[in-house]
Amino acid sequence: MKKVAIIGAGPAGIEAASILARNGVEVTLFEKSETPLKNLQDKAFLFPNFQNAQEIVDDLSGKLLTDGITSAFGIDIADVKWQGTEWKLVDSKEQTYVADAVLLATGYQVFDAHRKEELGYGIYKGVITSLDMEQMIKHGKILNANGDEPKRITFLQCVGSRDEKSGNHYCSKICCVTAVKQAIEVRKHLPKCEASVFYMDLRMWGQGFEEMYRTAQERYGVSFVRGRISEAAATFDGRVQLKSEDTLMGLPLKMTTDLLVLMVGMEASCGTKALGKSCDISGDYGFIRTVNPHLYDNETGKPGLFAAGTCKRPMSVSDSINDARSAANAIKDYLDTIRIEN
Amino acid sequence: MIKFGFAIKTPRSENMDSVSLERFNKLQERVPSFKRCFQCGCCSATCSARQFTDFSIRRIHTSFRRGDYEGLDEALKKCMLCGKCTLVCPRGVNLRSLIINMRQILDEKE
Repeated sequence: MKKVAIIGAGPAGIEAASILARNGVEVTLFEKSETPLKNLQDKAFLFPNFQNAQEIVDDLSGKLLTDGITSAFGIDIADVKWQGTEWKLVDSKEQTYVADAVLLATGYQVFDAHRKEELGYGIYKGVITSLDMEQMIKHGKILNANGDEPKRITFLQCVGSRDEKSGNHYCSKICCVTAVKQAIEVRKHLPKCEASVFYMDLRMWGQGFEEMYRTAQERYGVSFVRGRISEAAATFDGRVQLKSEDTLMGLPLKMTTDLLVLMVGMEASCGTKALGKSCDISGDYGFIRTVNPHLYDNETGKPGLFAAGTCKRPMSVSDSINDARSAANAIKDYLDTIRIEN
Repeated sequence: MIKFGFAIKTPRSENMDSVSLERFNKLQERVPSFKRCFQCGCCSATCSARQFTDFSIRRIHTSFRRGDYEGLDEALKKCMLCGKCTLVCPRGVNLRSLIINMRQILDEKE
């Protein structure tokens, strides 16, 4: 039987594993954490249909039980090497594994908001990230730094994305719609709390996203201000005062908010950066470089080495799953071309 | 005594903590389609008054949105209610009604 090693048990890794296993391939799914789907489990609801993220987690967890998948969790693959006919994987404890093909599904990590010091994350308690907000929504308790019900929540787009100073020129793609989603959640939970979104462009690229934006304005009264918040400061009562330019009015703007939510972007994960480098397939910003974005977007140019999901670039959950399906197809084609010695 | 011209100036910034959005909220209630505005500027781009004067309907309704009503009653007099803005608005905002209601609300006591 042909063997495939998949590194990373997120949506992409699991989806590809289940498709390959159903097609008679022996799959080993490596994951450095003890549990799969770590990032997805932090989410409350997914855009654009407000589906409970737990449903996706349950579905994908079910797929893990497919015959032919061996889960190898708690194993951190430190290196993969081409041995002429097969791939050798080495974990952090120097143990080795072999496979005919390898799929990198090593994913992303969020931008560390501490790096934008002027926005006060880690300094003022009222400044949080979109991940913190997602947790509050998930647990149904949105509170300000003093533990009270907030009266105003402000979202800031493009934190660590489209930002020369943090070295990330790219757009993280999912933050715009995530802010709209979270602002709607805020208004659903706390109808008396104002929600504002500071943006430079609102990129509503997916099906149903623009409609969500319109609903946020029309039904939930979310206000959108064009301008980037330049700095945040604390007030006596533990709130956050922010400064921005209202670029539509051409006037500076000041406001105090209970919570400032920084919409942090996506970066290549440490694992993505390390494996990309050791296999010489590291592209822009440490994401995995594929052969051709239109035609061969899962192929890396190395025999039997493939990539899927957010290790390539920022992607939504649904895009990651679709990308994994196309990777599984590319891997099946590849396996058909190689001979098996045993 | 020589006067050096020192003075305390009021900051030009929009202070979202001290403005009253009561009139803006009233406007949204009366013209619900205004909630959908996404600031494209088609209304003022097509406006005949805009071509020859500094009248900008987009600026006026954005000012209203920010709770800054100063000078808006005078500015709104320049509108001839031709309705071209309503015709071109991609989000279906009833601008004609918006303008009439802005005038009325500014006339009403706060």
